[in-house]
Parts: sequence; structure tokens; C-alpha cells
Amino acid sequence: MQLKRRSFFKLAAVGAVTAVTTPCTVKAWESKAPQDSYGCLVDISRCIGCRKCEQACNAVNELPTAARSFDDLTVLDEKRRPDATKFTVVNRYNTGRIDDKGLLVADFVKVQCMHCQDPACVSACITGAMSKHSNGAVHYDASKCIGCRCCMVACPFEIPAYEYHNPITPKVMKCTFCETLQREQNKPPACATICPTEAITFGKRNTLLNLAKKRLHDNPGRYVKHIYGEKEVGGTSWLYLSKVPFAKLGFIKLPFNPLPRLTETLQHSLFSYLWSPALLFTLLGGVMYRSHKKQSAHQPDNTQQPGGAL
Amino acid sequence: MSHHEPYNPLPVRRPLWTPGVLVMLVFMVAGGITVLMRFSGGIGAVANLSTARPWGLWVGVDVATGVALAAGGFTTAALAHILGRHHYEPVVRPALLTAMLGYTFVVLGLLVDIGRSWAIWKPMVYWNTNSVLFEVAMCVMIYLNVLYVEFLPIVIEQFEGRVALPGFLAGLNLPVEFFLRFADKVLNKTMWVFIISGVVLSCMHQSSLGSLMLIAPTKLHPLWFTPVLPLLFLTSALAVGYPMVVVESTLVSSSLNTDNEMAVLAPLSRIAIGLLGFYLVLKIGDLLLRGSWIYLFDGTFQTNSFLVEVGLGVITPLWMLWSPRRRQSQRYLFIAAALIVGGVVLNRVNVFIIGFTPPVTQDHYTPALGELLVTFGLIATLMFIYRVLVTYLPILSQSRGDIKP
Repeated sequence: MQLKRRSFFKLAAVGAVTAVTTPCTVKAWESKAPQDSYGCLVDISRCIGCRKCEQACNAVNELPTAARSFDDLTVLDEKRRPDATKFTVVNRYNTGRIDDKGLLVADFVKVQCMHCQDPACVSACITGAMSKHSNGAVHYDASKCIGCRCCMVACPFEIPAYEYHNPITPKVMKCTFCETLQREQNKPPACATICPTEAITFGKRNTLLNLAKKRLHDNPGRYVKHIYGEKEVGGTSWLYLSKVPFAKLGFIKLPFNPLPRLTETLQHSLFSYLWSPALLFTLLGGVMYRSHKKQSAHQPDNTQQPGGAL
Repeated sequence: MSHHEPYNPLPVRRPLWTPGVLVMLVFMVAGGITVLMRFSGGIGAVANLSTARPWGLWVGVDVATGVALAAGGFTTAALAHILGRHHYEPVVRPALLTAMLGYTFVVLGLLVDIGRSWAIWKPMVYWNTNSVLFEVAMCVMIYLNVLYVEFLPIVIEQFEGRVALPGFLAGLNLPVEFFLRFADKVLNKTMWVFIISGVVLSCMHQSSLGSLMLIAPTKLHPLWFTPVLPLLFLTSALAVGYPMVVVESTLVSSSLNTDNEMAVLAPLSRIAIGLLGFYLVLKIGDLLLRGSWIYLFDGTFQTNSFLVEVGLGVITPLWMLWSPRRRQSQRYLFIAAALIVGGVVLNRVNVFIIGFTPPVTQDHYTPALGELLVTFGLIATLMFIYRVLVTYLPILSQSRGDIKP
């Protein structure tokens, strides 16, 4: 365990250079959101809860046959969540909303991956198995996945599900934004295509935001003045318009800051070019060198440094 | 090693198969069977994990707590070898062994927990430098190897010049002998690199384990969610290092009748209260600055768990060890150190399990029997291997008169 004078000075030089030159090159956090990506606008007031989107999703993504038929609307009697066998579900909410004829009406909310603009799952993923594509999709690549489930911990919408009963090759399961349909056949996601009431509009996210704002402007009083997904966690590809407050429809209040900002800022300011480990290594090397020199001075007969074998 | 120190690590020549060891075996078998079930029926066959609660006991205890409690390895190495306080030499080897086994079992626990255990090598090829977990994984991987290197001199000391492998392995005697001699020569010159690296890597991932949950601000309870969580994790790891050594050393010396290390443990505990006090100041300062103290008395399970964590795990031991007279009592010292260890365990459990409250589904999580069996099985195996290694390698310090041939 000898720390020789010469090796210490070499070490100190390397450490000092790294520590002085690198921190100034660390940049402030920047959003990596794609500029011209696609999205979907869901107008909750138009959804009739027919579950056709669930059916189309199941077929396109070749998911297991559902236990109950997609025509069976009694499924809506309880609240469901997307899981490893369904990428999207529609839930019914009875909020006491009364329509033009004075009748009580229910609201139906489609739930799926929101395809965040700055996704927490992508930032958290240890191998980059989760990635944000320029078309807006948050893509999962099973070939890189190790199954740590950090994406699931990170997701503010609690969306990614897991094949917990597959012992060797389980996958993270979530909405794919029908990327293959979009890429190979230039078609919108299956749920958007099949929707009979045009509750789901597919298009460029910026166009959809303008469309949503136009609907808010043209129909005063029809909607609550909020486009859910415009700013939540820095923005999501899926956007929602609603007649009743979102809090009553299972949407949680989320910060407008992209979630990766804090952890990525911490990580990059602390570890860019490994400046802090290099500095700490040098400091500890200095302390070790001093403490050994002091000891050798006390024991002139002992040429071997103490602790040769731990 | 300097010859003038009253420090004499020797193998513990005592019967291995005691009743305690047999109890460990029972847990090991039960854990083993559960692991077989996990690798035939999937994680879902033995664990209560769900979409909203993807991490449970295995990550919270086997991984996060395991890493924290292995901190004795780098804190004692820093004290004895970097700061040059060779007085503490007798606890360095047992702490190093605990760290080496602790980290080995962190990786074993991870292999059970991650869905694709066979893919654990992939982060070495596919890098996501934005990911906190990536940095933690790299540090843990390198540090585990550093720990093995740091442990090698103990093996060399015992076997160099007398390698005699049993049976058909005897043919390897010469190569092993050659390797030990070579390693001895190289390590003698380079050990300082490994010792400093060990401390640096530890500081990096002990703190980053705290950054891990900062990606989920809506899920982690505000009593724990703070941008300074990495600093709190690092400080608490530093603070728990020496108390862990005290607990372990007391348990080992009383069950194996080896030297009682009070001469070392009492001053160690003095450093520990300094670190623990600093941790408490940070923690209280954080509560006040963020205003999250308003949750303290709302009576929820999370809040009560926080109060126990800080009250019983930080303030009580701090008060107990404040007076130098009490620090000299082995019993007081042991209880206080055990409280500190318990406090850090509860802190990690709080951050990763109890304080993790997903707001959309509000899913609850209680560990399944299978999860408990795997965790206890891993801990029992760790203790068993510790017992085997101190039996055959010069790790525990003993007075010469005490050795039975």
C-alpha cells in the first residue's frame, strides 16, 4: 500500500487539472422534447365508452384474448388500469354532470401511456431500453431491458406494467403509440382510427394544442379551462379536454417541471467528466501521503509502510 | 503490518456446526426453495409486486439497506489506512469482510429481483448516463471487485507458500501459488489505489442511491422527498459505518469468545456520534427549510414511521452516547449502536417502501411470504459464509492464549 512521492504528485496533477477545467463546461439542463412530434387529443366530452379503442388496441398489439368481450359494457362498473395484457382501458365516472336535456350523464376516460415529452421512464432507464422517438412515441426495446423496473417507479402516471409471471424473459408492457402502424402504413394509432365519435384526434402535437385551444375558445362554458397534458410534467403527447374538473376523473395534479430535470441536473453537475470523483481521489491521496509520511518520520527504522497487507 | 501493534488476526478454530449455524441452514434452504419458485413461476409467483409498486422488500432491504450497512468497509478503511489511525486496525478486516459479503449479496438479491437476471451485464454495454441507477450499478460493480482485491491479502497471508487444494484440484496448486505470490507483489505496491478508489466509489453510490427516488416527486412522501436526499444518504451511510462495526464486533466476540474490542469501539463511537449529530442537523434543517415538518403529527403510518426513524434511530442513540462514561459501557454502546443501525435500516425502508405512495392507484404493498423467505435466506447465507470465512482465514483479532489447537 505504498503511495510514493512521485505517484502522488502525478495523481495530484491529474486531479487538479480535471477538477479545475471540467465544472465550467457543465451545461444547464435542457429539455430533450422533440419539436415536431405527433400526439393525440382526447375530448372526454365526446367519448361514449364503447370500448372499441380497447378492442382495436388488443388486436393491433396482438395482446391475449380478453376474458370478457369488448362489447360487454358492464366491465365499466369498476375502475380498471392498464396492465400487462391491456395497453389501454376506458373508465366510467359519474360526477353528477347534467346534459342539455337535464339528464345525469357519465364521463368516460381512456387511460394509456401519455408518451411524455421529457419522460421520467426514459431518464431513469439503466440501459436506455426506454427511449423517446422524434415522432413522439416513448419506445420500449426489450432487447436492452434488464427488468429493473425503474421505469415503473419513475412513471408519474403509473402506466408501465410488467409480466410478473414470466420467469426468464418478462417484458415491460405499455402502449406503443402504434409506432409500427405509423411507420409502415402511415396510419394513426388503432384506437384513434376506430373511434366512432372522433373523441381521439391524431396529429402533430402543436396542431392539436391549437385545436384544443380553439375548442376552448369557440365553446365557452363547455369545457374546463385546462388542457391536461399541455404542461403536466413538461408536456405529454396525449392531451385531454374535459367538461368536468380533471380531479374528478382520476387525473392527478402534477408539477409542470419535467421530472428528469432534478436527477439529471444532480447527476451531471456532480459527475460530468467524473470531476468530483477525481477531486476526491486526489484529496484522499494527499491525506494518505501525509499521514504515511508522518508515520515514517516517527519510525525511522521501519522502511516498509504500515498496512502492507491491509 | 507494523509489528508493535497489539493486533493479531487469526482463524477462529472452533466447531462450525453449532445450533445457531443449523438455524441459518433452515433459512437458507427455505430461501433456496423460494428462489427456485421465482425462477420457474416468475417474480409474481412469490412476490406481491404490482404495476404501481414495482419495488418492494428486495430492493428496499436486500439492495438499498444492504449497501448502507456495508458502509463499515470503506469508513474503517478510510480511518485506518487513509487517515493513518492504525489503532483501529483490529476492526478493519471484519468490516472489510462484511462489506465484501454485503455487496456480494446485494448483487445476488438483484439477480432475484430483476426480471431478466441473465441480462445483468447489459448496462456495461448500453449506457444511459442520465440514469441514476446506471451510475449506482457501475459503482457497485467496480466497488465489488475493489472489495475482492482488498480482501486478497488476507487469503495470501493464510495460504501463500502452503496452497494444498483437495483431491483433483491438487493439480492447480502450482498456478494458484504462483497467482498468490504475484498478487502479493503487485498489491503491496498498488493497494493504496484500491483503498482510495473504494472510498471514492462508496461516496458516489451511497449518495446516488438517495437520488434514485428523486425521479418520482409525486410518489415519495414529502417527509423524505428532498433535493438533498443524496447528501442525507451519504451522511447516514457514513454515520452507520462505525455503529455497524460495533454491533457486529460485539455479536461476534460474544458468540465466538474472541477478543472484545472495547478499546477500539469506544473511540469509534465518538466519531459516530459526530457524524450522526451532523446527519440530524441536516435532517431537521431540511424539514424546516422545506416546511415539510407540517406533516409530522398528522398521525399517518408514514409520519409515525418517520418519527420512529428519527426519534429511536437518531435522537435516542445520540443522547445515549453523549456522555463519555456511558460510551465505556459495552452494553450501552451495543444498544445505542444497534439503534443507529436500526434507524438507518428504517430510513431506507421508509424511502423505498413505506414512504413510496403512488398517488394514482394508491396501491398498498405488504411483502409476501416468498419475499421474506428470500430476504431471510440471503441474510442467513451471508452470516453462514461470514462464519465459515472467519473460521478458516485470519480475520478476527484474538489473544494468543485463547487459541485452541
